[in-house]
Amino acid sequence: MEAIRTDALTKTYGKARGILDLNLSVREEEFFGFIGPNGAGKSTTIRTLLGFLRPTSGSASLLGMDLRTGREEILALTGYLPSEVAFYPGMRVGELLELSARLRREARRPASLLPHRREKTSGRRNTSRSDPLRTDETARRLEQLCSAGALCERLRLDPGRRIDELSFGNRKKAGIVCALQHHPRLLILDEPTSGLDPLMQREFFDILDEFHQAGATIFLSSHILSEIQRHCTRAAILREGRVIACGEVGSLMKTGARRVTFRGQAPISALSGLKDLHRHDGAASFLYDGELNRLLSVLAAGDIRDLSITEPDLEEVFLHYYTDGGEDPAESGKDAPLQTISGRNEP
Amino acid sequence: MTLIKHEWKQGRAAFLIWTGSIGLLLGFCIFLFPEMKGQMEDVSALFASMGSFTAAFGMDRLNISSLTGFYAVECGSVLGLGGAFFASLTAAGLLSKEERGKTAEFLLAHPLSRTKIVTAKFLSLLSQIAAMNLALLGLAAASMLLIGEEIPVKELLLLHLAYFLMQLELAGICFGLSAFLQRSGAGIALGLAAMTYFLNLISNITESAHFLRPFTPFAYCEGADIVEKGGLNLPLVFWGLLWGAVGIAAAYAHYCRKDIAV
Repeated sequence: MEAIRTDALTKTYGKARGILDLNLSVREEEFFGFIGPNGAGKSTTIRTLLGFLRPTSGSASLLGMDLRTGREEILALTGYLPSEVAFYPGMRVGELLELSARLRREARRPASLLPHRREKTSGRRNTSRSDPLRTDETARRLEQLCSAGALCERLRLDPGRRIDELSFGNRKKAGIVCALQHHPRLLILDEPTSGLDPLMQREFFDILDEFHQAGATIFLSSHILSEIQRHCTRAAILREGRVIACGEVGSLMKTGARRVTFRGQAPISALSGLKDLHRHDGAASFLYDGELNRLLSVLAAGDIRDLSITEPDLEEVFLHYYTDGGEDPAESGKDAPLQTISGRNEP
Repeated sequence: MTLIKHEWKQGRAAFLIWTGSIGLLLGFCIFLFPEMKGQMEDVSALFASMGSFTAAFGMDRLNISSLTGFYAVECGSVLGLGGAFFASLTAAGLLSKEERGKTAEFLLAHPLSRTKIVTAKFLSLLSQIAAMNLALLGLAAASMLLIGEEIPVKELLLLHLAYFLMQLELAGICFGLSAFLQRSGAGIALGLAAMTYFLNLISNITESAHFLRPFTPFAYCEGADIVEKGGLNLPLVFWGLLWGAVGIAAAYAHYCRKDIAV
C-alpha cells in the first residue's frame, strides 16, 4: 500500500501558483525526502495533503484512504510537525501535550496505528509479521519511546514550562512531541530541524530512525539536503510547484555533472555547461555538465598544477536543477539522473 | 468536550473580567436605588419632559421611581450594552483566532472534522453567554433582596431573557463573521453592537424609523415594552433569532470549506 499518493494534485490561489499536477507516490514504511527551495510549493503540498487547503483539482490518498472522505481517519494515524509551530498562549508544555492527547483520544480511532513489526538486523530490515512475541516486545518498546514523558526527556523539554517563555527551538520540541506521542503510522515533517541545535537535531533523527524501524512512514520536507541525503531512501525534487525529479536518493545524485577543481590556468571560458564557478587562492572550482573530452582538452591546453574531478553532492545536484532556468533536464538531452521526470514515480 | 473545555480556559480571563465588571455596575446601580427612590418622582417628571430623548430610552412609558422601571432603564443599559459587547467580542474571535494566532495548524492536525470544531466552539460560546447571564441574574436578584426590595420576578426574568436572546443574536452574527476573518474581529464586533444599539435609539424616536426594528436586537430588549406588555415582542424576537441563525449557518458553510491560512 502507498502511504501517500497524489494524482495530478493542483492547488492554485486565484492566478497564483501553488502546486501543479503533482504526482507523488510514497511507499508505506519509506523514509521519503521532499526537497525544494522556499516557495517551491512544499508546504502547500503538505497542507493540501492534510486537508488545510482544498485541492483545486486532482486527488490525494493517504494510507489507502481518500483525503476527501477519510480525512479524520487519516489524521488519527498521522503525526504532523509544521515548519513554524505556534501554540495557545498561557499554557504549560504539559497542558498542551495533554490537550493534544485528549483531542486524539476523543476522536474516532482506527483499528491500528503503528504496525510495530520490524527489527533491524545486519543493516537489513527483517519483517516478522507472524511472531506475536516480537510484536508485543516491539510494541512495548515503542510505547515507551512514544510516551510524552520519554520524548520530553530525550529532547530535554521541561513539561512544566510555560509555552510563552519557550524559545523557538523549544517550541519546536513541543511540536515534535505532539506529532509523535500517539504512535503515528505516517509522519509528515515540514522543515523539522529549523531552530534545533545540532545535538538536538541528532537526537531528533535518532528518534525518527527508531520510528522508521518500527514501521512508520516518514515524509520529510526540507531544503537541508544533507538531511535528505543521510536519512532518506527516496526523494522528490520540487520546482515551481511541480515535481521535476523523483527517485532513490542515490540515483538522484548520479548526475552527469561533475565538480571540477583545479589549480593553475586554463581557458575554461571556452567551456559550455559550466556552473557555480568559484575562484579562490589560485584555485577554480565549478560544476561541469558538458562533454568530458572537451573539458579534458581545455584543461590540457592550460597550465594545471592540481586537479580533482568528483561527483557532486546532493546540494550541488540540487543547484544543478535550480540554476537551469526552468529547463527540464530530460528535454535538454542531458544525463537525466531521474527515474521519472515531471510524472508519476512508481516505486 | 475537550475543545469546549479548552475554549473555556482560553476565554476564562475575559469571561471573568466582563462578568465581574457588568455585575459590579449592575449591583452598584441597584444599591443606588434606595437613595434615589425619594428623588425619582421629580427626576421622572424631568425625564418625561425631554421629548424625543425620553422616547429614545422608553422613559415616557416607565416609572423609574419603581424598582422595575429603574432596573429596566438604568440597569438595562448596563446589562444590554455590556452583554452585547461581551457576546460580540467573544464570538468574533472564536474561529478567526486560530488563523490569527497561527494555531490552526496545531488544531486541524488532530482528527477532528471542521464541523466538530465549529460545533464545539459554538457550544463554548453559548455556554459562556448562558453562564454570564445566570450569574448576572443571580447577582441582580441578590442585590434586590439586600436593599430590602421585593423581587419583580416576572419582569426580571423577562428582561434577562430578552438580553440573553439579544446576546445570542449578536453572537450568532459575529460567529459567522469570524469564519471569514483572519484578523481580529474586535473592531467589527464592537461596531456592530454599538451600531445596533444606536439603531434602536433612532427607531424609538420616530414612528417613521420603526422599520429599523427588525434589524436591531435592542428593539425586543426595550424595558418599557416588556414591562408594559408583560411579554416579549415575538415577531422581533423571531427576526433576531433568524439573523443569529443565518450567522451560525454561514460559519458552518464557510469554515467547513475554506482554505485555512497558516
